[in-house]
Amino acid sequence: MAKDRLLDFDEALELFEPVLGFEVHVELSTKTKMFSDAPNEFGSLPNTNVSPVCLGLPGSLPVVNGQAVRYSISLGLALGCEIAPSSRFARKNYFYPDLAKNYQISQFDEPIAFEGSVDVELSDGTIVTVPIERAHMEEDAGKLTHVGGSTGRIQGAEYSLVDYNRAGVPLVEIVTKPIYGAEHRAPEIAKAYVATIRDIVVSLGISEAKMERGNLRCDANVSLRPRGQEKLGTRTETKNVNSLRSVERAVRYEIQRQAAILKGGGTITQETRHWHEDTGATSAGRPKSDADDYRYFPEPDLLPVEPSLELIEELRAALPEPPAARRRRLKAEWGFTDLEFQDVVNGGLLTEITETVTAGATPQAARKWWTGEISRLANAQGVEASSLVEPAQVAALTRLVDDGTLTDKLARQVLEGVIAGEGTPQEVVDKRGLAVVSDDGALIAAIDEALLSQPDVLAKIKDGKVQAAGAVIGAVMKAMKGQADAARVRELVLERAAAVEE
Amino acid sequence: MSDIIRMTAAELAEKLSSREISAVEATRAHLDRIAAVDGDVHAFLHVSDHAIQQAERIDERRAAGEQLGELAGVPLAVKDVLVTTDMPSTSGSKILEGYMSPYDATVVKRAREAGLVPLGKTNMDEFAMGSSTEHSAYGPTKNPWDLTRIPGGSGGGSAAAVAAFEAPLALGSDTGGSIRQPAHVTGTVGMKPTYGGVSRYGAIALASSLDQVGPVTRTVLDAGLLHDVIGGHDPRDSTSLRDEWPSMAAAAREGATGQVLRGLKVGLVREFQGDGFQAGVKSRFDEAVQQLEAQGAEVIEISAPNFEYAVSAYYLILPAEASSNLAKFDSVRFGMRVQPEGGGTVEQVMSATREAGFGPEVKRRIILGTYALSAGYYDAYYGSAQKVRTLIQRDFNAAFEQVDVIATPSAPTTAFKLGEKLGDPLAMYLNDLTTIPANLAGVPGISVPIGLAPEDGLPVGIQFMAPAREDARLYRVGAALETLLDDARGHTLISEAPALGGK
Repeated sequence: MAKDRLLDFDEALELFEPVLGFEVHVELSTKTKMFSDAPNEFGSLPNTNVSPVCLGLPGSLPVVNGQAVRYSISLGLALGCEIAPSSRFARKNYFYPDLAKNYQISQFDEPIAFEGSVDVELSDGTIVTVPIERAHMEEDAGKLTHVGGSTGRIQGAEYSLVDYNRAGVPLVEIVTKPIYGAEHRAPEIAKAYVATIRDIVVSLGISEAKMERGNLRCDANVSLRPRGQEKLGTRTETKNVNSLRSVERAVRYEIQRQAAILKGGGTITQETRHWHEDTGATSAGRPKSDADDYRYFPEPDLLPVEPSLELIEELRAALPEPPAARRRRLKAEWGFTDLEFQDVVNGGLLTEITETVTAGATPQAARKWWTGEISRLANAQGVEASSLVEPAQVAALTRLVDDGTLTDKLARQVLEGVIAGEGTPQEVVDKRGLAVVSDDGALIAAIDEALLSQPDVLAKIKDGKVQAAGAVIGAVMKAMKGQADAARVRELVLERAAAVEE
Repeated sequence: MSDIIRMTAAELAEKLSSREISAVEATRAHLDRIAAVDGDVHAFLHVSDHAIQQAERIDERRAAGEQLGELAGVPLAVKDVLVTTDMPSTSGSKILEGYMSPYDATVVKRAREAGLVPLGKTNMDEFAMGSSTEHSAYGPTKNPWDLTRIPGGSGGGSAAAVAAFEAPLALGSDTGGSIRQPAHVTGTVGMKPTYGGVSRYGAIALASSLDQVGPVTRTVLDAGLLHDVIGGHDPRDSTSLRDEWPSMAAAAREGATGQVLRGLKVGLVREFQGDGFQAGVKSRFDEAVQQLEAQGAEVIEISAPNFEYAVSAYYLILPAEASSNLAKFDSVRFGMRVQPEGGGTVEQVMSATREAGFGPEVKRRIILGTYALSAGYYDAYYGSAQKVRTLIQRDFNAAFEQVDVIATPSAPTTAFKLGEKLGDPLAMYLNDLTTIPANLAGVPGISVPIGLAPEDGLPVGIQFMAPAREDARLYRVGAALETLLDDARGHTLISEAPALGGK
């Protein structure tokens, strides 16, 4: 694919105003699917979680999942939306082999929730209010695997396999209104918005919300308009943005790409674009125009969804605290400094740290691991920190450090083992033999040897220049292959140096 | 002809219950009849090869003293629009040739649970699109009264099977008259229940908001008995009503006493009294109404000004829904697959399959429906049609403030000749002039045979319609008129049908 020309980000912002919009799809973690009693489970063998309804077999009929409706109402309320006393499903008609019936049942002109807003906190503490147009219910499509091509995409593939396990999984699609005034913070707002949605659905307990699994998917709409122009520019819709980091990068990329085209006198094609995590670029998908004709009409197999006022109020009363309030509470509970807490929020790690603390870690230890080593490894691999390791494992790791089994340095090796799939932290410690050497005898022998082989250092220590002990400590730690507690070694070095003097 | 096949389902059920006749005997008698006459009639697309075994099990259960349903052991013909696990379900289309469903339609499941013995699957216009069964991909069914004539449609197979004594009971589906119009032209009884009264789960959808499954029989009581078996709420059909229904059979038995006609207010639709009705249809209808009046019914003329738009609205709503419902027939998961030469993309395979698998009437309606739903045309076509639908519902509401039932001829003409209207879709569509309003409004309608048209000696039916949920009223009134006419005639109308099969 030809490399896009990009304009410098700051120059792009000087010339153009970016306007954003997001469609976030949330897969609900209901027991069964949106319209059938087939299990809603991830990771099963292909085409095993299916019923006549998911396969669109002749004669089958959809039945609305009541749990999915309740989850959708809760989400709508958490987004500050109005809940429609009556909403309807429609059929969106188009032929595609991952769509068993060749129409998707989705809400069209009568969504269950509409007109809301979400407060999004940026790294400097600024609150941006993102206006929500609607949140509506729909069913997911199946999953196609293209086989035989080099790219895994349909172009060049010899054949394609289809798995209908995902067909009919309940989704809520959250659609924002156009977001103006984002300016140079557009990429950050994009990321913070999606992170906030993720926090909301996790706190509601209605979705696994794992972006890498597709539980939470973001389509980012970006358009640019020249400074001073009223009319909105032509937008593109970037799909396949499967991590918070990618959301930020993809928005930045589209701003720079579109700016380069517009500055050169070109025009933007209205189209979907695919984000490529590996190259950090977007590529053209299918052209999309407002004239796409899905021949929507009300789904005649379903009745309108008419939740009672009592149900809505019951769900409203059961809402968890809003993310902003939750953040304030957690910051106080954890006793983090402003800087520490911002680090956590920017890393999108609130949930991970909450869960790690729940699993028994101290807040400081949880913070240190998630914002430190785990984030570093995640960045290096270009993935989400949350996808690397479970909070419970991190908590177990911090306990091993706290009880002296591991030093920080050893713990980092254990973490790598856990990430590599070698088991729990304790199992990695056992398998790799990484526990701290706490036998003073072995340490003293090593220290004595090191002191004797470096008489000049010994002399300095005896002269009271304790900082010279560092060289001996280093030698001992090396001899112990790092499996010793450096503080204890230091104590012993000073002790033995004194002993030699006698 | 054996006595068994001449019995009504109610009579047969009684003899099965008293063990005068075994289920195996009843089943074998009907299978023999099918073997003798179906070569001429072609009511069946598939005849069960294990009906006898199923009948044996009913006999065993009865012998073991098990409490069985009232119709246990009575054979049943099943319209091919209903999916079955043990017989192919094609909906009259090539695209589903040999298709085996992994599940039974709810109505079939209920019939099996009640001990009815499915004999086979009956012929129909492809995907229930038609009024003559000539649009079946497997060749037309013939009218048992005159083998050169159509048996009605789409459920011509079910009506012909019952009229030709191949089955005492049949299941049909009615989207715009597919149960009632075939009943009219074959001298049988056909009932379209209130929308939501009978589960649609497992009925291959034509137009979801109009389709309704119902009984096709030779007597009103038999229809009521079958209705009681298949009706009632089904959690797998979101549009099925949660009502507790009265027994339709009990209503029919009550109606047969004749008392129900006294003071009954019968509405005649002014807009259905003009031209367009065959003279013999009109005269038999008028006589039947006079019979009702003679028994104390009060006849009131009502106006339903929007009924004249019903056919037009119907032919927008039906194709629109059908175009979407039929999209699933794409060869990806089941059914016919046509591989274009040299392979082809999935889109080309879908296209080639649909080109080869669908007949011309199906394609015509898919194109119509796709057009009617298209952006820019939606409001003018689908949107307007839905408004007409609301107006027709209001016409019914206004009428039912004045009358208890509405009566119309069940169809404008008697059975026409095979091939006569095949080249003229609009003439074909007008067959359903009087039956379509009930589907658009969701109200129940029943067709009851009232006699033969003098000019051609072919059967004529009367349609009664009642407010939604008042299905039992139709059984009462239908059975009352049926009894009246049978008593006057001294025998049933269907007994005048030709013997067939040279026996």
